[in-house]
Amino acid sequence: MRESHLITGATLPNGERADILVQNGLIAKVGTVTDAAGATVVDGDGLIALPGLVDLHTHLREPGYEQSETVLTGTQAAAAGGFTAVFAMANTFPVADTAGVVEQEASLGRAAGYATVQPIGAVTVGLKGAELAELGAMARSRANVRVFSDDGFCVSDPLLMRRALEYVKAFDGVIAQHAQEPRLTEGAQMNEGALSGELGLTGWPAVAEESIIARDVLLAEHVGSRLHVCHVSTAGSVEVIRWAKARGIDVTAEVTPHHLLLTEDLVAGYDPRFKVNPPLRRTEDVQALRAALADGTIDIVATDHAPHPVEAKESEWDAAANGMVGLESALAVVHAAVVETGLMGWADVARVLSEAPARIGRLRGHGGALVAGSPAELTLYDPSAASAFDLDRLAGRSTNSPYLGRTLPGAVVATFHSGYPTYLDGVLRPADEVAQRAAEAREDAHG
Amino acid sequence: MRHLLSTRDLERPEAIGLLDVAEDMAAVQEREVKKLPTLRGKTVVNLFFEDSTRTRISFEAAAKRLSADVINFSAKGSSVSKGESLKDTAQTLQAMGADGVVIRHHASGAPQTLATSGWIDAGVVNAGDGTHEHPTQALLDAFTLRRRLHGRASRGRGLDGTRVVIVGDILHSRVARSNVWLLTTLGAEVELVGPPTLMPVDTSAWPARIGYDLDAALDEVPDAVMMLRIQAERMHAAYFPNSREYARIWGLDDARFDRLPPTTMVMHPGPMNRGLEIAARAADSPQSTVREQVANGVSVRMAALYLLLSGERGES
Amino acid sequence: MAVRIVLQQADLDRALTRIAHEILESNRGADGLVLLGIPTRGVVLAERLAAIVGRIAATEIPSGALDVTMYRDDLGRNPVRAPQPTAVPEGGIDGKTVVLVDDVLYSGRTIRAAFDALADLGRARAVRLAVLVDRGHREFPIRADFVGKNLPSSARERINVRLAEIDGDDAVTIDGRDD
Repeated sequence: MRESHLITGATLPNGERADILVQNGLIAKVGTVTDAAGATVVDGDGLIALPGLVDLHTHLREPGYEQSETVLTGTQAAAAGGFTAVFAMANTFPVADTAGVVEQEASLGRAAGYATVQPIGAVTVGLKGAELAELGAMARSRANVRVFSDDGFCVSDPLLMRRALEYVKAFDGVIAQHAQEPRLTEGAQMNEGALSGELGLTGWPAVAEESIIARDVLLAEHVGSRLHVCHVSTAGSVEVIRWAKARGIDVTAEVTPHHLLLTEDLVAGYDPRFKVNPPLRRTEDVQALRAALADGTIDIVATDHAPHPVEAKESEWDAAANGMVGLESALAVVHAAVVETGLMGWADVARVLSEAPARIGRLRGHGGALVAGSPAELTLYDPSAASAFDLDRLAGRSTNSPYLGRTLPGAVVATFHSGYPTYLDGVLRPADEVAQRAAEAREDAHG
Repeated sequence: MRHLLSTRDLERPEAIGLLDVAEDMAAVQEREVKKLPTLRGKTVVNLFFEDSTRTRISFEAAAKRLSADVINFSAKGSSVSKGESLKDTAQTLQAMGADGVVIRHHASGAPQTLATSGWIDAGVVNAGDGTHEHPTQALLDAFTLRRRLHGRASRGRGLDGTRVVIVGDILHSRVARSNVWLLTTLGAEVELVGPPTLMPVDTSAWPARIGYDLDAALDEVPDAVMMLRIQAERMHAAYFPNSREYARIWGLDDARFDRLPPTTMVMHPGPMNRGLEIAARAADSPQSTVREQVANGVSVRMAALYLLLSGERGES
Repeated sequence: MAVRIVLQQADLDRALTRIAHEILESNRGADGLVLLGIPTRGVVLAERLAAIVGRIAATEIPSGALDVTMYRDDLGRNPVRAPQPTAVPEGGIDGKTVVLVDDVLYSGRTIRAAFDALADLGRARAVRLAVLVDRGHREFPIRADFVGKNLPSSARERINVRLAEIDGDDAVTIDGRDD
C-alpha cells in the first residue's frame, strides 16, 4: 500500500473548490472527501490544482553536456516548475538520432522519477540537415518517439522538409520546426529593428521566421501532414499560422513564456541573460502572441528550457550562448502574461500547458482532466505568492534565468507525478526518495 | 565621468566640457614641452582585440603625454586568441592594477560588459566596439568641426545649426553611430547618405535624415561631408555590386568635390580608400581635415583620460 | 555664521597700487616684467596689476594666465577639476621676470604646482609671487614677495575674494564660525 495524499479545498481549473484524493498512482476521488484515513493531508486552500504540466520543448543536455544539465537535474527543474512530463530535444551529444540514444534518455528519466521524459528524435542525421535520421526506428523503439525536431537548427532544405513531413505520417509523427531561415540570420544577435541598429548588433529579422513558417504550412498542406512550429516569436508568424489554420492545414504552434513577457529592450544593457534564439521581440509582438495564445491560434506554451553553464553567459554579448532556463518559472510567467492581464483563465492555462502539449506529442498518461480514475499527474499553484524570483527557485543545474530579481505573481507549491510528490510545500523531494517511489509505481503498474 | 562608453549617453554640457578640456590639451600640444605630469603613477592599458594601429598609438600618445604608464595588450597571438575569456583578461588587468582600460573589441557592447560586470575597477574607454560606437572618434570629429568653424572662440560652444552629411556604410559604422548622437546633442543637423543595403532597416529613432542620393545632399551645401571607409568585403555579401558602381554613385569624386564651396569641410576617419569613397584631390585639398583629425585625436583622448582618471575614483 | 568684510573696494585698490610700486621697485623698473595670474581670480588681479604698473612706468606690461590644474598634487583626492586656459603673452617667459599673481595664499600647493607649470613653458630669469591675501597655514616653504594684506585666519574660516569683473563688486570677506 503506497502513501496516499489528500489535497483539501483546492480550486480546480473551472473554479470549483474540491478535495482531491491521490491513491495508488491515481486520482481516486475529486469532490468532498471524508474517508481518507491514513492519507497525508496537503492544505490546498487558496491553491489552484492543475493537471501536471507537460513541456513539449525542453533541453536536458544529457548525454554530452552534463555541465549544463542532466536528465536528473532537468527533471528536478521540471518538478519545481509543476511539470510532470517533458519532451527532451534531440541536440545532445551524441545527437538523439538513433533508437539507442532515445531509449537511453527515456530510461534515465524513468530511473530519476521526477517526470516522464519523452525523447524527441532528430529529423536529420546529426542535425546536419543533409539526410533523414532513422525516424522509423526511433518511432518503433521503446522510447516511442512521435515528435521529431532539429531544434537549434532549421530544416531549411525544402525537399528534406517535405520528405520528413511525409515520412512521419506512417507512425502519426509530427515535425517540430525551428523556423529560422539560415541565410537571413547569419551572425544574427537580436531582433532586427530600431534597437539592433542602435546597439550595433546584427539583426535577426522577423521575416526569417515567417518565411519558413509560410513555406512549411504550404508543404504540410500539400503532403497532408502534421506540422508543429516551435517558439513562435513574431506578430507576422501569428498571422501566417492563423491563415493556415483557417485554411484547414494541420498545424500547431507553441510560444515560450519569455516571448510572452519579455521584450527586446532588455538587450540594451548587453546582459547575455537576455540572449535567446529566437530573440526577444517588440512589445507589438508580445501583444500579438498573447492574443494568439488566447484565441487558440497558438496552441501551447513550451519552455525551450535551455540551460548553460555560467561561463557561457559571463562574456560579451556576441560570444554568449543563446538560451534561458524556463521550467521553474514557466507557470508564474504565464500567470503574469495572460492570466493577470485577463486574457485567459486557469482552464485555458491547463489546456495550453498540459492537455494540448500532451495531445500534440501523443503522450499517454498526461494532460487529462482532474477526474477520478485518471493518472495522478497534478500541480498545485499558489497564485497569490508574489515574490522576487531568486536562485532558490531554480532547481536545475544552471542559473541562466532572465527572471532573477524580477517579481513574479505566484509560485508552484506541489507537484505529483505517478501519484507521489516530486515537489512538496515548495521544496523538491530528495532524489533517493523519488527514485524509490518511481520504482514502486512501476512495480504496481506491472503487478 | 566614470567611463566613456558611448556618445549616446553624453549630455550636452558634459560633451562641451570634454571638448573644452581638449582645447587645453591641444594648447599643450603646441608647446615645446608636450608632456603634463597629471596622470603620473597611473596605469593605462590599451586592450586591443582588433588591430588598429592608428587608434592605439593615438591613445598611447595621449596617455604618455599625461605621464601615465601605458601597457599595450594586443589580443592577437596572446592567450586571448586561444580562448581566454574577456572576464579572465579583465581580472588579469585588475590584478596588475590598471587604472584605465582602453578597449577595442569586435563585439558590440564589450566595453559596457567590461565596465559593468564588476570584474574590474578601472575606468573604461571604448575605443571602438563592433558596429556599435567609437565615441572618441566622434568627439575628435566634433572638436575638428568646432575649431574650423569657431577657431579661438570655440570654448563653451556647441555645433548649433551646423549641417553634416555622413556618407557610406552606415549599417556597419560605429563612427557614424557615435557621430549621429554626439553631433545632434551639440546642435548639429545630420544627414546619412548611402546605399539602402548599408542603412539599418529601421532608423526611425535616429535623430538624422536618411537619404540615398549624394548629389542631392551636396546640393544643400552642407558645412561638412564625412566620407566613411568602405570595406571591400561588403561587396561579397551583396551589399553593392562592385567598387566601381559604389564610387560612381556614393564616392566623393572630383566632379562632386568641385561643386562644393571652399567652406565645406571634407572629413574622413581614416584609413582612406583613395579613388573609392574619396578622390585624391578631395582628400588632399585645404578643405580636407584628415590630418587635423589625427592631431585632434590625441587632444581629445587626453581630455577623456584626464576626465576619467584624474579625480578620485568611485564618483559617478 | 558671521560674514565679515575685511577689504572694501578702496582698500583693495590701495593694496594693488602698493603692490605695483613694490614690484617696480624690486625689479628696478618695468624691464622684462611678465605678470601671470592663476585662474580664476588671479588672472583678473594680474590684469589690474599690469595696468597699474604700466601706468606708473608709462609702458605696456604683458599679463596672462597660468593654469596649474594639471600640475596639482591633489587631483586624485578631489572630484575632477575642469582646467582653465593658460595664456602666455607674446614673447614668452624665457629670460623674463615672471610675477605670479593669485588671490589667496594658503597651503602653498597651488604655487608649488605653478612652479612646475612654469618650468614647462620656458626658463624665467626670476619668479616672484604677488597675492592679495596671505592667510597663513603654509604646507610648503613658500613665501609671497608682495602681499596685499596679511590675514591670520583659522582653518575653519573661509576667505572670499570678490572681484567686479567676475562677481560684480570688489571685496574680501571672511566667513567665520561663531564658536
